[in-house]
Amino acid sequence: MRHPWGVESTPDPDRVPMVRRDTRLDSYVDRYAARTHGMTASAIRALFAVANRPEVVSLAGGMPNIADLPLDVVGSALQDLVVGRGLQAMQYGSGQGEQEIREAICEVMRLEGISAHPDDVTVTVGSQQALDLVTRIFCDPGDVVLCEAPSYVGALGVFRSFQCEVAHVAMDDQGLLPEALREAVLALRAAGRSVKFVYTIPSFHNPAGVTQSLERREAILAVAEETDLLVIEDNPYGLLGFDADPIPAIRSLSDDRVVYLGTFSKTFAPGFRIGWVLAPHAVREKLVLAQESATLCPPTFSQFAITAYLRQHDWQGQIKVFAEMYRERRDAMLAGLAAEMPAGVTWTVPAGGFYVWLTLPPGLDSQAMLPRAVTARVAYVPGTAFYADGFGSRHLRLSYCFPTPERILEGTRRLGEVLAYETELLSTFGSPLSPPHAAELPSHLAPGTNSQ
Amino acid sequence: MTTLDPAGDFSVPVEPIDLPLPDLVVVLAGGLSHEREVSLRSGRRVAQALRSRGLDVLETDVDSTLVPRLTEAAGAVVFPVLHGEAGEDGALREVLALLGVPFVGSIGSACRVAFDKSIATTVVADAGLTTPTQVALPHEIFRELGAQALVAALGDQIGFPMMVKPSRGGSALGCSKVTSAAELPAAMVGAYAYGPVAVVESFVEGTEVTVAVVDRGHGPTALPAVEIRPDSGVYDYTARYTAGTTRFLCPAPLPPEVAQRCADVALRVHEVLGLRDLSRTDLIVRDGEPVFLEVNVSPGMTETSAVPLASEAAGWSLGKTCADLVSVAAARGGRPTPVAAHA
Repeated sequence: MRHPWGVESTPDPDRVPMVRRDTRLDSYVDRYAARTHGMTASAIRALFAVANRPEVVSLAGGMPNIADLPLDVVGSALQDLVVGRGLQAMQYGSGQGEQEIREAICEVMRLEGISAHPDDVTVTVGSQQALDLVTRIFCDPGDVVLCEAPSYVGALGVFRSFQCEVAHVAMDDQGLLPEALREAVLALRAAGRSVKFVYTIPSFHNPAGVTQSLERREAILAVAEETDLLVIEDNPYGLLGFDADPIPAIRSLSDDRVVYLGTFSKTFAPGFRIGWVLAPHAVREKLVLAQESATLCPPTFSQFAITAYLRQHDWQGQIKVFAEMYRERRDAMLAGLAAEMPAGVTWTVPAGGFYVWLTLPPGLDSQAMLPRAVTARVAYVPGTAFYADGFGSRHLRLSYCFPTPERILEGTRRLGEVLAYETELLSTFGSPLSPPHAAELPSHLAPGTNSQ
Repeated sequence: MTTLDPAGDFSVPVEPIDLPLPDLVVVLAGGLSHEREVSLRSGRRVAQALRSRGLDVLETDVDSTLVPRLTEAAGAVVFPVLHGEAGEDGALREVLALLGVPFVGSIGSACRVAFDKSIATTVVADAGLTTPTQVALPHEIFRELGAQALVAALGDQIGFPMMVKPSRGGSALGCSKVTSAAELPAAMVGAYAYGPVAVVESFVEGTEVTVAVVDRGHGPTALPAVEIRPDSGVYDYTARYTAGTTRFLCPAPLPPEVAQRCADVALRVHEVLGLRDLSRTDLIVRDGEPVFLEVNVSPGMTETSAVPLASEAAGWSLGKTCADLVSVAAARGGRPTPVAAHA
């Protein structure tokens, strides 16, 4: 047989069949569900493969720093657990979660003013699965979920995966704006849309770094009551405040208007993957059924391990140790920003948690700038990750939780150089490099008071 | 969906080679470039392909432990599957040559020329091959001469639509198609995010094909061209690395004489740039004439890349192709470490 170049081919045992292929290199391409179609490769996401290298100061990820954990205490608790109750701890358990940890969870929530019964707690695989289960039981495709502008990227991903539409609601330096929430609910309902709930992170917001005052929480709840809106309160960082006692959770103000999500990922360790939902009884019944369908039961061993840790260790003292360590890092970041950021850059000042939210001068684009930052060996998350609709290019999120203070200072120094270069490019080309800024849309107002 | 055309045998005849295989192949993947993620995927695939041939393979990243490890691994052949800077700009290959480690692929100096689009295009055009009209511009020139005047001149000289690309880089990162003067500044800045020099080219409308060239020790051979049809119309990062979003036809359904011309261009590019072992030349076929876009000295080997497809269409499994390249590199050996003439 001859090939197109007219040369005689030679038979060879290594040869594979020779045919013309017309392929998409994915033989399952016609089988995926509609909700899978948006799952595509992204150049921006791929850059984070570089961010994880040690040469890069990553101010991107929100990985808790658990270096201060007493591993001897944890190790001994785990050993006792395996020896004493191993057969129970390694067996299937309750779909709702084990009674002992649900009791302990109620103790934890009491620190933020919540009075709850263990029967109303459903244990989940991190609070990420709590988000998944809550969305699963409440949302049909096309339903609207109200989220802060900006909002937690992992929540946006869950809402997208259930084909919900996200409508952003403006924030200020005290978080979600109650009046904007009222207007959004009323406008969407007037347009015939089904609004299922508002998702909010009241304390040490991810990514905005701001915290709702008690008055703000009361006002948000009042709007929710007035408009008959369900509130999903996500509170992973509430106990990691630097300066004051925790502000009461929204759930502490209402037993039946709020579904509350919590986690041990930041107050203990994320590897156990234990979070929870506190929900009114009817919702809880559905959550347990959904949990049984998803996992049969949340990880039994992890639940026993955490219960043992809480019993055998001064866990509240440990949280204070964590908070002090994070405060030192926050201070390093604020000092670095004050020293290195060019004029026109503003940022929030978190009183706890992991994140600072930056706003760049008009015309700069944090997403377009990320490759240059990676080349300069510093990484952040562009603001666009925290909006469902492509806004956020003038913002970026910096995490101070994981790098040492020295590395944070080096990271802000590198970021300052990148921004200086970018500002020079902007002045060279003399026209905005970013799409219309979020702040130009009233619904997308994000916190960004200058702290300089 | 894969459809098979039983009509013809598109295989490329290759003399069987009978060279010994090395004890160990070190597949280098990762690195610190913007294409780290792609490189890791390519590296995994090459490693698995080599293992399927019974080779002992070590997959490793590029970091400060690499040189001592290579020094210890006597008899190993390195297969660099690094994309982007340090992998394709020749720097790492210079080090491999310095260490006397045999490796698959082009030598450092050839990579330096091929990797920089502004230089490679000039060399290829000088050899008489068709290229787009191209201008290479460092960002400082806009500052010094004034962006407005330059943007206007680019519009006049290159015309719209035009392509803006970083001079050095791959996977279409930082590349944009620009259809009006208003879009040009943002496109320039997008390209400058990946490096200090951008190239602006006339946009070539036509059929997008890519041709791999492989040398198994008997001289460079062009593999069947792969035609690329992205669903979105743009072969950007998402279309490249999301399985299912791009249609590949291999061999490209071109008239035989056009396929021959594409093969000839890829071979000529391989030759004039002094490339070795493996390259992939991206072309646009316009009115039956191949136009050179760029050449890759470390082409993608991922599950959604063209070279593995072309290799299989030629009648050779990817494992066989990679193993042959390793044998050739092993037989060639490493370049002796240069010795300074004077103390």
